Amino acid sequence: MDQIVPAAHGLIAWLAIHVWGALGLLNQLPGELFALLVMVVVGALMLVFLSLLPLFFVWLERKLSARIQNRLGPMEVGGFHGWLQTVADTVKLLLKEDLVPAGADQRLFKLAPMLAVMASLAAFVVLPFSPWLIIADLNVGLLYVVGVGSIGVVGILMAGWSSNNKYSLLGAMRSAAQIISYEIPILLSLLPVVMLAGSLSTRTIVEAQAGFKWFAFANPFMPLAFLIFFIASLAELNRTPFDIPEAESELVAGFHTEYSGLRWSFFFMAEYANMFVSAAIATTVFLGGWYGPFAAGPLWFLLKCFALIVLMMWLRWTLPRLRVDQLMAMCWKYLVPASLVCAFGAGTWYLVINHLRGGTAGTFWFWS
Amino acid sequence: MSAPAALHPPAAVLEPRPTQVAMEGDEMVLSMGPQHPSTHGVLRIVLKTDGEVVKEAIPHLGYLHRCFEKHAENLTYGQVIPFTDRMDYLASMNQNFSFVVAVERLMGIQPSEREEYIRVIMAELNRIASHLVSFGTYGLDIGAVTPFLYAFRERELILDIFEAASGARLLYNYMRIGGVMRDLTPQMLDKVREFVEYFEPKIDEYNELLSFNRIFIERTASVGVLSAEQAIAYGVTGPNLRGSGVQFDIRRGDPYSIYDRFEFDIPVGQGLHGTVGDCWDRYYVRILEMRESVKILRQALAQIPAGELARRPKTVKPPKGEIYSRTESPRGELGFYVISDGTTNPLRVKARSPCFTAMSVFDELARGAMISDVIAIIGSIDIVLGEIDR
Amino acid sequence: MNSIRNYFMNMWDGIYTVLVGMKVTWKNGLLRPITVQYPRERMEIPEGSRNQLYCNIDDCTGCLACERACPVACITITTSRRGAEEEVYTSTGVRLKLAVPKFDIDMSLCCYCNLCTEVCPTECLVMTAAHEFAVYDRGDLIYRFDRPWQVQKGILPPAVPDYKPKPKAAPAAAAEPAPTTG
Repeated sequence: MDQIVPAAHGLIAWLAIHVWGALGLLNQLPGELFALLVMVVVGALMLVFLSLLPLFFVWLERKLSARIQNRLGPMEVGGFHGWLQTVADTVKLLLKEDLVPAGADQRLFKLAPMLAVMASLAAFVVLPFSPWLIIADLNVGLLYVVGVGSIGVVGILMAGWSSNNKYSLLGAMRSAAQIISYEIPILLSLLPVVMLAGSLSTRTIVEAQAGFKWFAFANPFMPLAFLIFFIASLAELNRTPFDIPEAESELVAGFHTEYSGLRWSFFFMAEYANMFVSAAIATTVFLGGWYGPFAAGPLWFLLKCFALIVLMMWLRWTLPRLRVDQLMAMCWKYLVPASLVCAFGAGTWYLVINHLRGGTAGTFWFWS
Repeated sequence: MSAPAALHPPAAVLEPRPTQVAMEGDEMVLSMGPQHPSTHGVLRIVLKTDGEVVKEAIPHLGYLHRCFEKHAENLTYGQVIPFTDRMDYLASMNQNFSFVVAVERLMGIQPSEREEYIRVIMAELNRIASHLVSFGTYGLDIGAVTPFLYAFRERELILDIFEAASGARLLYNYMRIGGVMRDLTPQMLDKVREFVEYFEPKIDEYNELLSFNRIFIERTASVGVLSAEQAIAYGVTGPNLRGSGVQFDIRRGDPYSIYDRFEFDIPVGQGLHGTVGDCWDRYYVRILEMRESVKILRQALAQIPAGELARRPKTVKPPKGEIYSRTESPRGELGFYVISDGTTNPLRVKARSPCFTAMSVFDELARGAMISDVIAIIGSIDIVLGEIDR
Repeated sequence: MNSIRNYFMNMWDGIYTVLVGMKVTWKNGLLRPITVQYPRERMEIPEGSRNQLYCNIDDCTGCLACERACPVACITITTSRRGAEEEVYTSTGVRLKLAVPKFDIDMSLCCYCNLCTEVCPTECLVMTAAHEFAVYDRGDLIYRFDRPWQVQKGILPPAVPDYKPKPKAAPAAAAEPAPTTG
């Protein structure tokens, strides 16, 4: 021990000097290359972080559901309240037999989980954890996220079709109908936000909420928009009360009935990653992103995401699930008209206030 | 020993059900196979669907058939009782109760007062336990996982009481011909009192969590409507019948044991959230029945006399004869038709299973419903395959 | 007008009942979990619980009542006459006329109904509260009680703490001390 500690110190010092020196060379890179390098490094870090996040959320969901149900949840693996449980489960899934049904369309079957995960990981690119901690601040950020999220549907449909199984097909059909329908309320409820912020870029949207002027309270119509966005994103995520596609008690497991092992865990991971993306978008767009009462930064962003995710989990364990036609009715008869009302109302509000103040109105109520 | 000719009805000509289901056009045949999370046991339902809408639903039974009735012919009356336990394993006390009442009626004997009260207490506790399972699993079928855990948390307390009283948690073999197995100590009765006080407010919680939840109501109201005429025509009894508005309960209509000494209401379905006789009504009748059972328990606990257990007959040899005797189990009218030829073994024991008749009406209820509704309907009929198949 | 009213009532009802449901889960979420972390903690088994069968063979008179009472025929007993000069007594002083060279209970068949213990005249057959008797080989579930009382591969409990032989109404005059467990 007496020899290891000084040796470690020496190693760290050597690394620091040489790596820092090497980084100094970066100063001499041309601007675009430097930007690209930053993007790649931050992207890689975020990818690692965000791939581990579903593991944490799965553990959190199990503990939360256990507490709601008066029991303990994972306690053994890893000692402290089973924090390594998800890792153990992933290892178990890795060791499972890779079963591809004989009648299944081999290529599509293997491609489907990857598409689902790709869709959720691709959306991470524009999430603004803090003013500089974004992988890429696209100026069409919001549009990009919604667009890329739709790729998940293709993955689900592929999974259902290629499984060569009636249950999977039923589940996939239901899921496709559900997700496509609920995109509309999502888009419409994001419309007021874009109107208020004047831009689709996520960073600009957050910066427009500085000084506690969160968009969720900017208008009498905005809380409704927030609610609609939240409900519609629950449906996008296939979470109860909208989890008909994976209704365990009805269709065994819906579109991922035939998947086992690592392929199944991809779908699972995609669901939790998507959960995080939805919560993150809601935070950026309605809850003020990285701003907080003190020390604004990524921690506040994560905290708000967290709160929304806990809310999603709480709802999952409280509510029964809606039937497919009731789900659709809810979307088209309740959410779409309500979100149209929101969009219309928010826009009219802004116009009226602007007119009354002679063209100097801000986003927040009457006083900006 | 040849049985009298009257016992053998003329053999009916039954056409065997085709094993291959004829399909037309766009139909899909879906087999909700014996292994399915929602069929409350090993039940196989073959659904002919047109998209999501069910056109025909054919239940296939027999996966849990254990030859109870034939087996009973080789056992003494006392030995049959553990087997009745295993028919409807969730309401084991009520199954014991029914058989024991049948044989006692045949023999013309009666247990002591204290034993009657003990039997009623056990039967009502088991009714609550069985309805808790039905409530919990129904929530699970509809998608709400949490009520299931709450129901089983309460049920644990009941099972603890049963374990203290009879020694077992699920299959009690507690009642005997002419009495019960063991007396209840004052501590056990206190535990029952504690449970009753603890449990009653929980029913309101369940209502808030599940019964009046908009989503649950949307899933179950006006689904699987069973009209009163249909119910009576098919012979449906119990909460299923009462859910359709018919106020018939054997404890009131054809009282056995000491049920005529208790005051309790008979809840019926009133179509509060939809049509009378829909799934919600049948479900809600069970919730209300739990409250009524609590009422009965309170009265029984107040009235139970101190005393000795009766002397039970050493060997049970009912006189020659036959009897059909019925009681109200949590699932309906449980009847036993016992034919005795004067020996220690019964000549024939036939169990009239309430779930079997309830299952017979399932095809009619399921036509025109969606697949999700089929799940809701099965859950609302509250079947236990052990009783259907015996 | 009615349908418009229904529309808004539906919306309100939906949101309100969801919030009420969340309140219930919140309240229950704050209660202490009731999980008993087996095997570190165990639940209390009440006395009189029907679990593992135990027979004190020294008190068995070989009456075969339990074999007849069992509904699933899991008890197999063979008896043989003792000689007139053999003076063996139960622990309560009753003289045994039969020896029991074989007393097997197949626990994998036993349905735990307790009918056998009710008919035993000397109450040598009891159901104990021991419930952790899982074995690796099904054959180990055949309990052979005829051996002088010894722990069979750790399957039978080494001692049954609350087993007390019930004294008969009038113990025989000769209260010769019976040979107790070996």
